[in-house]
Amino acid sequence: MKFTLKIWRQAGANQSGELKTYEIDNISSDMSFLEMLDVLNENLVQKGEDPVHFDHDCREGICGMCSLYINGRAHGPQRAITTCQLHMRSFNDGDTIVIEPWRAKAFPVVKDLVVDRSAFDRIIQAGGFVSVDTGGVPDANLIPIPKDTASEAMDAATCIGCGACVATCKNASAMLFVSAKVSQLAMLPQGQVERYSRVEKMVAQMDEEGFGSCTNTYACEAECPKEISVTNIARMNAEYLKSKFTSSDSFAGKS
Amino acid sequence: MPLDDNFQLDSKIPSGPLAEKWDQHKFDIKLVNPANKRKYEIIVIGTGLAGASASASLAELGYNVRAFCFQDSARRAHSIAAQGGINAAKNYQNDGDSVYRLFYDTVKGGDYRSREANVYRLSQVSVNIIDQAVAQGVPFAREYGGLLSNRSFGGAQVSRTFYAKGQTGQQLLLGAYSALSRQVAAGKVTLHTREEMLDVVIVDGKACGVVTRNLISGEIKSYSAHAVVLASGGYGNVFYLSTNAMGSNVTAAWKAHRKGALFANPCFTQIHPTCIPVSGHYQSKLTLMSESLRNDGRVWVPKDIAVSEKLRKKEMRPRDVAEADRDYYLERKYPSFGNLVPRDVASRNAKDVCDEGRGVGKTGLAVFLDFSDAINRDGRDVIEAKYGNLFDMYKQITGENPYETPMMIYPAVHYTMGGLWVDYNLMTTVPGLYALGECNFSDHGANRLGASALMQGLADGYFVIPYTIGDYLARQPYKKVSADHQAFKEAEKGVKDSIDQLLNMKGERSVDDFHRELGKIMWDYCGMSRTAEGLTKARQMVKDLKVEFEKNLKVIGSADELNQTLEKALRVKDFFELAELMIVDAFERNESCGGHFREEYQTPDGEALRDDENYRYVAAWEYLGEGKDEKLHKEDLDFEYVKLTQRSYK
Repeated sequence: MKFTLKIWRQAGANQSGELKTYEIDNISSDMSFLEMLDVLNENLVQKGEDPVHFDHDCREGICGMCSLYINGRAHGPQRAITTCQLHMRSFNDGDTIVIEPWRAKAFPVVKDLVVDRSAFDRIIQAGGFVSVDTGGVPDANLIPIPKDTASEAMDAATCIGCGACVATCKNASAMLFVSAKVSQLAMLPQGQVERYSRVEKMVAQMDEEGFGSCTNTYACEAECPKEISVTNIARMNAEYLKSKFTSSDSFAGKS
Repeated sequence: MPLDDNFQLDSKIPSGPLAEKWDQHKFDIKLVNPANKRKYEIIVIGTGLAGASASASLAELGYNVRAFCFQDSARRAHSIAAQGGINAAKNYQNDGDSVYRLFYDTVKGGDYRSREANVYRLSQVSVNIIDQAVAQGVPFAREYGGLLSNRSFGGAQVSRTFYAKGQTGQQLLLGAYSALSRQVAAGKVTLHTREEMLDVVIVDGKACGVVTRNLISGEIKSYSAHAVVLASGGYGNVFYLSTNAMGSNVTAAWKAHRKGALFANPCFTQIHPTCIPVSGHYQSKLTLMSESLRNDGRVWVPKDIAVSEKLRKKEMRPRDVAEADRDYYLERKYPSFGNLVPRDVASRNAKDVCDEGRGVGKTGLAVFLDFSDAINRDGRDVIEAKYGNLFDMYKQITGENPYETPMMIYPAVHYTMGGLWVDYNLMTTVPGLYALGECNFSDHGANRLGASALMQGLADGYFVIPYTIGDYLARQPYKKVSADHQAFKEAEKGVKDSIDQLLNMKGERSVDDFHRELGKIMWDYCGMSRTAEGLTKARQMVKDLKVEFEKNLKVIGSADELNQTLEKALRVKDFFELAELMIVDAFERNESCGGHFREEYQTPDGEALRDDENYRYVAAWEYLGEGKDEKLHKEDLDFEYVKLTQRSYK
């Protein structure tokens, strides 16, 4: 197969970037999208040009490191997969493919297609955990959890933190990411003690990072490679509201 | 500096009965007073299960921790990709499991090349790991009564595997990451992402810091500490194609090795039987299909080569092969374990049938994993509930629907049992330098059982290192070596020189090109089966390729920017040295055991033939300098509790 690639090139965070055009040939339909970029980079190295930088690691859709806005869609044209799981058979021979980095104020470009997603880490650090130290915890089966609750929590917990929800949102909102963690822990008995302080802290950090507001377009759910439901956003809103009616001082970790 | 002639490996295994060793040891070792813990600083390399759990647990105790990962976030370490599950001797299923049984299975599964005391401790603390993960909110699978669900996994005859869909590694890592994040917020862990360790620094014989490269700015920096903990994972990527993440590398462990830490059993690599077969030259990695699939899938190839040929040419469909013409070879050869034989046995048998010409798929290097009986028996809904995400993944990669046609699988490099030699305290032969998780060698012997990697990583990080590191730190002064010490300057210079060398070479071939060729040599001669002749040949091939690598490599860009080709070149450089040591180790071990299969040493029916009399030891290699042969040190393995037998899964 043969493609025309228009790829965002930007030498560094403080430099301006542009879309550059590359032609690529002899691509197998069984290749993954990132393998196609590997081939391009191999060609660029041979020509003495700087290869296209992009984030990737596990290449099996779970580490959340790969990103890429492909033809105007986060992780490309297919539903429920990451870019590393996208194969060239999803394109037609001769297609022009536009490849851009995640675009959001809170995810500044580092180089080419690589962005800085550390804002997500800071949101988790603000409260995305249960405050238990190692050791001294009860036997696992002393905390029975209804199967449905466990599986709903698992559906939320399956978030890989890739940032597609932010990239695809016209407001660059991180509500799907934040609500997935808030929901997981709000649904489980282990998360109850810090339930309301957690949502307040995480939302505060989310705002501080410069993510936009949610206007319920549901683009995040449509593009999420793990199909995290927007129900989580509704739940987080409810949790946040409830937290305002609770005596927050009674919760651990609240200063 | 070479070790002196009288050097003896001391595993520091506590005396006393097996079941009491760990408790007694915890009592015997020194403690650091709670108020004094804040006076010590510990560097942790890697934020996977072992690294994140260690960083969090050490910080909770009061130590100051500095943690590093090369990924953009601690949550992306490759532990995240583990699918199947985690073992623990909870015996929640009332099916006869116990700490002793898990210990016994692990020693046996490792083909009697692991340390009894370490494995017993691993089994003991396995139960605490589950409690810890649940307390953190890890959403393990549950039964309708609300209690935890278990499954049988990878060669175990009891159900002791806890799981979270096919994403157990992800959920456990996110649990450890959340604990780590909490300590970052508390100011007890300083986390450095996109920063890679490129050397370890030793002063007065003790590990006292590291030199790193900031992958964004290219800045080379020194950090000093009272102890250094390596949790940097395994070295499967020496084979180029493996199930490891693209970034997984041996650099941290190898730098430690070059600075005096012995490297143990490097040839013990695990080839996982159920991976998606290679499809072309461009292939960058292999994808694992969880071996839980073997609980319901039946492995087969045609009995007749002619039928296989037709299937390869697509002149025939798999479902059209009559039942009588199929060879369910695992069920035939191993009636009691059937499709659930351990990984090494399953992999080798797949290779054998393909070598006979009975393989399928377009390359002939694949066997079927067939779910049609399970779907007929349990219904498609049940199979979908169990394996839906795996089936989807398979379809995404291959374009074929496994509900309708059998999956095709082939073995691929998955895990490395070898690693830095550590004693019972998980300390390497360099005082103050520790190795945890896949980075060390200690618990899996010559073959790791399914669902045991997550267990070991978390055991080391949550429940072993927090105790054992205190014994060392309690003897250290509060004042740490300054990062301005001459040894740091020298290490920084060494790192900068090697970067300059790579950038200035301006050769013709790319890093990937070299890496691919190196991997092919390793796979062909030091992979699923090995011979003295092949290994001798491979050693020379690796040497020759290394010479070319050092002259003809082409790296674009500069040192002071994000430069992914430079990162890769630095890692591949270390893989070259490791590759040679793996070959030497495989050559030296004149027996077959676990994942190490030497064709010269097999039973009449083709099973691995151990030589317990001559090779019942850990081979620990000492680095003596660039281009010099490494020196072998042996740690004899004593088996007081488990009787050495030939592993039989018939």
